Amino acid sequence: MSDTQIDIALTVNGEPVSERVDARKTLVDFLRDDLGLTGSHIGCEQGFCGACTVRVDGEIVRGCLMLAAQCDGATVETIEGLSDSGEIADLQKAFAERNALQCGYCTPGMITAAQDLLQRGGVPSRDEIREHLSGNYCRCTGYHAIVDAVEAVAEARAGGRK
Amino acid sequence: MKPAPFAYKKARTLDEAMALLGGQPDARLLAGGQSLIAGLNMRLSAPSLLIDINGIAGLDGIALKDGKVEIAALTRYAAAERSDIIAKHAPLIARALPHIGHVAIRNRGTLGGSLAYADPAAELPACLLALDGEVEATGPKGKRSIKAVDFFKGLFETALRPDEILTALRLPAAGKDSRVGFAELARRHGDYAMVGLAASARAAGKGLADVRLAYFGVGATAVRAKKAEAALEKSDVEAAVAALDLDPPDDVQATGATKKHLAGVLLRRVAQQLMEAA
Repeated sequence: MSDTQIDIALTVNGEPVSERVDARKTLVDFLRDDLGLTGSHIGCEQGFCGACTVRVDGEIVRGCLMLAAQCDGATVETIEGLSDSGEIADLQKAFAERNALQCGYCTPGMITAAQDLLQRGGVPSRDEIREHLSGNYCRCTGYHAIVDAVEAVAEARAGGRK
Repeated sequence: MKPAPFAYKKARTLDEAMALLGGQPDARLLAGGQSLIAGLNMRLSAPSLLIDINGIAGLDGIALKDGKVEIAALTRYAAAERSDIIAKHAPLIARALPHIGHVAIRNRGTLGGSLAYADPAAELPACLLALDGEVEATGPKGKRSIKAVDFFKGLFETALRPDEILTALRLPAAGKDSRVGFAELARRHGDYAMVGLAASARAAGKGLADVRLAYFGVGATAVRAKKAEAALEKSDVEAAVAALDLDPPDDVQATGATKKHLAGVLLRRVAQQLMEAA
């Protein structure tokens, strides 16, 4: 192994993965190109758009601003994992019902960021929802329907209380 | 775009990181990477080696020591947001943190990294300047402290020597009479500010003393507006706005004239915060 090729072993969506990667490969490129997990999207590659949002060791990060080489030993969860586990089923349903997506390009990152907020418990205010999702661009919906969907799920999870 | 090829080494100790840094003049340290990797992706820089310092033990943490808040360089913004010491003893940092990037950025970005990167539109360098804080640089010959005013030299340029690593920042802990203010204007919350202002002062009777106004996004580094500070010490906000000695250049976000106007808007808001009891 030279220093431009790095061996990494990590857990992705619950499964162990061992690969040799280019040092310069970003996490999101690794997920998409090497593992075929194309749910994490690439928008700007400079941290603005949030389309590549994934979870690393339980916290959301920009997949374009971490190197795959940095993820040796890490636990990575992508939209595929969150979807398969059923963890975000209610968010997915609410997004569909409320037209909180049109082209869908931002949706994986948007739902991953929204779930990060809702995991903290309670019913966040609409301002708090907007603030938490401020790092995720959507160029279709105008955000209103997204905030509606996230708010509805927060209320439903809290048992319908406001 | 994708980064140009580089080698990657994960340093386990500070000594190892310094040895690697000394051995390769164009190597870069990788801390949170939230500015560095974006720049690499855009091929704004192409170092031959990235030295990952994230695995070095003891390079993060927040402590109260001898009347100062000491923040180790690898402390992430998210950890600072959760810190009781920051909330209680570094209220200016607490006010600034929510404006720095977005949640996913704050989970990775580090306080030391922001200072070492020295982006002219970043919040933290201005906070350090407003608080008259200092950084700790560690090199082969040991540690030295550098005051904020001496640290930021120019656009993305600091007083760090090529073989030095920024290992901590220190701020005077806020006292009972400390007053702080922070405001910025950005097109989207969390984006780099068009103009921002970090300020500190001391309550003196009904007025303010030791006012320090540090603007960012108005030039190559954060800058103090000293004439406005003097006017604010006389409790005259409008005179302070009129005295703003800033000459911001045009950039992609706004013209210099717009920035200058917005600097006045921010000064009125921040003056209000300074005059409120903490």
